[in-house]
Amino acid sequence: MGFAPTSSDPGFLYRTEGLKRIYGEGAARVEALRGIDLELPAGELTVFLGPSGSGKSTFLNILGGLDRASEGRVWFRGLDLTAMTDDALTLYRRRHVGFVFQFYNLMPSLTARENVELVTEIAEAPMDPADALDMVGLSARRDHFPSQLSGGEQQRVAIARALARRPDVLFCDEPTGALDSATGRTVLRALQDANRSTGASVMIVTHAAATAAMANRVIDFSDGRIRSVTVNQAPVSAEMIQW
Amino acid sequence: MVSVLDTKLGRDLWRIRGQALAIALVIATGSLLLVMMEGLVLSLEQTRQAYYERYRLADVFADVRRAPEAALADLVVIDGVDAVEGRIRGGALIDTAPGAAPVRALAVSLPDFGLPKLNDVLVVSGSFPQTGRHDEVLLLKGYADAWKLIPGDRITVSLNGFRRTFRISGLAQSPEFIYSAAPGELAPDDARFAVLWFRNEILASAFDMEGAFNEALISLARGGREADVIRQTDRVLSRYGGGAAYSLAEQFSNRFVTEEISSLRVSARATPPVFMMVAAFLLYIVMTRLIEAERRQIGLLKAFGYTSLEAAWHYLKFCLVIATVGAVLGCIAGVVLGSYMAEYYKVYYKFPFLVFHIEPASILISLVFSILTASAGAIVVLMRLFDLTPAAAMRPPAPADFSRSARIAGSFRSLLDQPSRMVLRRLLRQPVRALAASLGIASGMGLSVAMLGVMSGFERMVDVSFDVADRSDMQVVFSEPLGPDALHSIRRLDGVIEAEGFRSVAVVLRHGLASHRGAVTGLPERPRLSQALTSGLRPILIRSDGLILAQSLARKLGVKPGDVLTVEVLEGRRPVVNVPVAALTTALVGAPAYFEVSALNRTLGEAGRLSGAYLRTDGERSELLLELLKGMPGVAGVSRKADARASIREIMDRGAGATRYVMTLIAGLITFGVVYNSARIAFSERAHELASLRVIGFTRGEAGFVLLGELGFITLLALPIGALGGVGLAGAIAAGFSSELYEVPGTVTAGDMAFAAVVVIIAALVSGFLVRRDADRLDLVSALKTRE
Repeated sequence: MGFAPTSSDPGFLYRTEGLKRIYGEGAARVEALRGIDLELPAGELTVFLGPSGSGKSTFLNILGGLDRASEGRVWFRGLDLTAMTDDALTLYRRRHVGFVFQFYNLMPSLTARENVELVTEIAEAPMDPADALDMVGLSARRDHFPSQLSGGEQQRVAIARALARRPDVLFCDEPTGALDSATGRTVLRALQDANRSTGASVMIVTHAAATAAMANRVIDFSDGRIRSVTVNQAPVSAEMIQW
Repeated sequence: MVSVLDTKLGRDLWRIRGQALAIALVIATGSLLLVMMEGLVLSLEQTRQAYYERYRLADVFADVRRAPEAALADLVVIDGVDAVEGRIRGGALIDTAPGAAPVRALAVSLPDFGLPKLNDVLVVSGSFPQTGRHDEVLLLKGYADAWKLIPGDRITVSLNGFRRTFRISGLAQSPEFIYSAAPGELAPDDARFAVLWFRNEILASAFDMEGAFNEALISLARGGREADVIRQTDRVLSRYGGGAAYSLAEQFSNRFVTEEISSLRVSARATPPVFMMVAAFLLYIVMTRLIEAERRQIGLLKAFGYTSLEAAWHYLKFCLVIATVGAVLGCIAGVVLGSYMAEYYKVYYKFPFLVFHIEPASILISLVFSILTASAGAIVVLMRLFDLTPAAAMRPPAPADFSRSARIAGSFRSLLDQPSRMVLRRLLRQPVRALAASLGIASGMGLSVAMLGVMSGFERMVDVSFDVADRSDMQVVFSEPLGPDALHSIRRLDGVIEAEGFRSVAVVLRHGLASHRGAVTGLPERPRLSQALTSGLRPILIRSDGLILAQSLARKLGVKPGDVLTVEVLEGRRPVVNVPVAALTTALVGAPAYFEVSALNRTLGEAGRLSGAYLRTDGERSELLLELLKGMPGVAGVSRKADARASIREIMDRGAGATRYVMTLIAGLITFGVVYNSARIAFSERAHELASLRVIGFTRGEAGFVLLGELGFITLLALPIGALGGVGLAGAIAAGFSSELYEVPGTVTAGDMAFAAVVVIIAALVSGFLVRRDADRLDLVSALKTRE
């Protein structure tokens, strides 16, 4: 496949140009993204805010290689994701990115540890699954099935699973959306720790505006466009967030 | 180390074990049928071959009036001949209980010393008749068993009109008489036909054949050409009243056994694929929906960086495990059931041995075929899913457009309550899916309808033959053709209401290269007791200007009305004449050819002769009448229609036709499997929605209605489709069961459809009950915690 990320523009982790995503045709046509131009540096914790349907999740899916743009281009470390074949995109996901979803998306028939192994089995230089679970404070629960874990615990397993392959970027789509605020804070804390200890960039989509306080950079979406980009000079600790 | 994906595979399979097993069993039934039928055909063929070889069954048979033994020397030098044997063969009558009709028998000579060179017999108990003892006979085991005779018992036999009592020296079986029926009768009945083997000198004196023979048996040397040998034999024997030598293929018993085996072979080739197609179609629907339900997890695997191929392989393995388990179970069950059936056929065909044997290739083909058909559906749906991006795969499938269904359902708004509207909208929203589920059930039902149609076709065949075509109660057969006086004296007997004479002549019918060895039956122009029928079951006039042929016979000979047949008469002066085919008749049993009786006698140059008569009798006086008939000179045998009917039933139920019961059972199983799977899938797809309904306050009954209402609608829609499909399938399957001996009409009655519909509805109710039980136990919280 010959996919090797070479950096022609090392300053940015991602850069997009005129990015559009259109669903459906005719009367059912929906423009989820109406032309996004954005540059994101590496190593940051970025929060994407905006109401439902503003396009933030769609944008994240395209950056993560889960979806394809209808128009425009995306570069990851100078490499054009929009020009990649399916196989190259698969390899990109396998080597560089991790995902955390709102509904955890654990495999119900696998234990916590096995859910992590699902990813480490195909990663090139993964962590020990036990260490990954240790990072999110779940060593004691590693042989439990998802049905035996609380929502917060399931989400932390999902984070461990995403971190275990040592990704360059961690994409989190509404990671606290299904959780109460106390549990949500432990999850955000785990994400912040991951960003600081592993150096992975973390991208969080949320409509909980308070989350913005912990971010290095806040991107505000509205109606398929970016309304504002705010750089936060002094991000607070996740424990301080109230919503 | 087992990969995590394989761990997941194992646990997922265990989770849906009930449904996985239901699918596996559907596959199993298909491969069971394939293995069983293939094995049976192969086993019967090999056994027959081995039996023939071991007892040196002749390859060519030739009847002569009386040939000197010296003629055998002329036969053995024919190019291509290996061995020759001359023997004496004649008719005999065995006395049975007083009041019962005498039993017709065939007397066959054994050499005075040693074993026959050809057509040897297997002495099952007792021994060969001793040379020099003039009162010993070897008796066919089937007859002896029917009459509870054992070696040492005595029987009274009339040979050429002389009654003598013989001691039974032993009981025997012979490959020549695997299937033995009285001359002129179709169905074998052990109690009504016997073979008696005597030492040559007994028959030579009884039939005035000292130093002579009236039947030559010939075996071919390796590479000997049958057609040439037959021609040469006819040339040698023509001066002794021979001239119609025939091959083993035309020998009565062998022809029947061959027909039975080839009928089995046809159904072995034709029927299992039909069943497999239905199973494959069902699996396609089941697998499609099973994998649709997994689309989120597939999206997830792809999001983690698994390639499409890796994820596809994982899900394909899912199907392969189910299919393999099913196919292996089916093969094992096929071998077990096949061995059981083989044992059964061994008894039925009176083979001295029969080992169920199946080629490993057949098992392999069955495995591969089952697994391929089962995986085909999975592959189609996997290919569709893998065209999606991970983000699309993780979204719920195809955005639901309720606007159209809402409009349609809207017009019923006042008529329907909320749960009914939900059922209706769901059906209208995904009409293709509903239709596919309906087609799945319909294909199962079609199979049942077809098999029930075939079952009732067998009944109809018997009814038409014995109630509509044959209106007589008894059939009298004369020992030789008699003049009209014989019929008059029968009419005068007490208990005879009506008597109708017939003439039956052994012939070979030829058309081009095709030939048929059988009989032409002469009947009055407007027969009353034995009729030829049109396909609409109306009587056909018997013609003096042409033959009325059974459709099956016309097919075999490749003729249609207007074509001219060559008829070689095998009796009397042995005339050879050309006769056109006048019309075809629907004869479901046998392959008759009819000719107006006077015209037939004119052809033979024997005016006014009759071979026997059909009688309509007074039921109350039939015992007495039997006694009277038995006492009449010239009467060779009397058979009651009830007995003949029972014998035909026996063949249908115990011969090749016996497999129809297994097939009907399997059709029922598949039908149930289809319905149960449909219900199971509907439940797994709806679990989340049902829980939601319960949470917002619907009762169990109302929530259950939403689930089962859909199943009910799909089932009802399937009924007419299945009934129609069954009509088409019945024709194909019935053709597989039909043979030269009987033709199964592939018609489906309203009753068959109704019965199949009841089976489907019961299956739906039972499945509904099972699923409903699970729905009632639904854990509301956990069902809602996971997003659909």
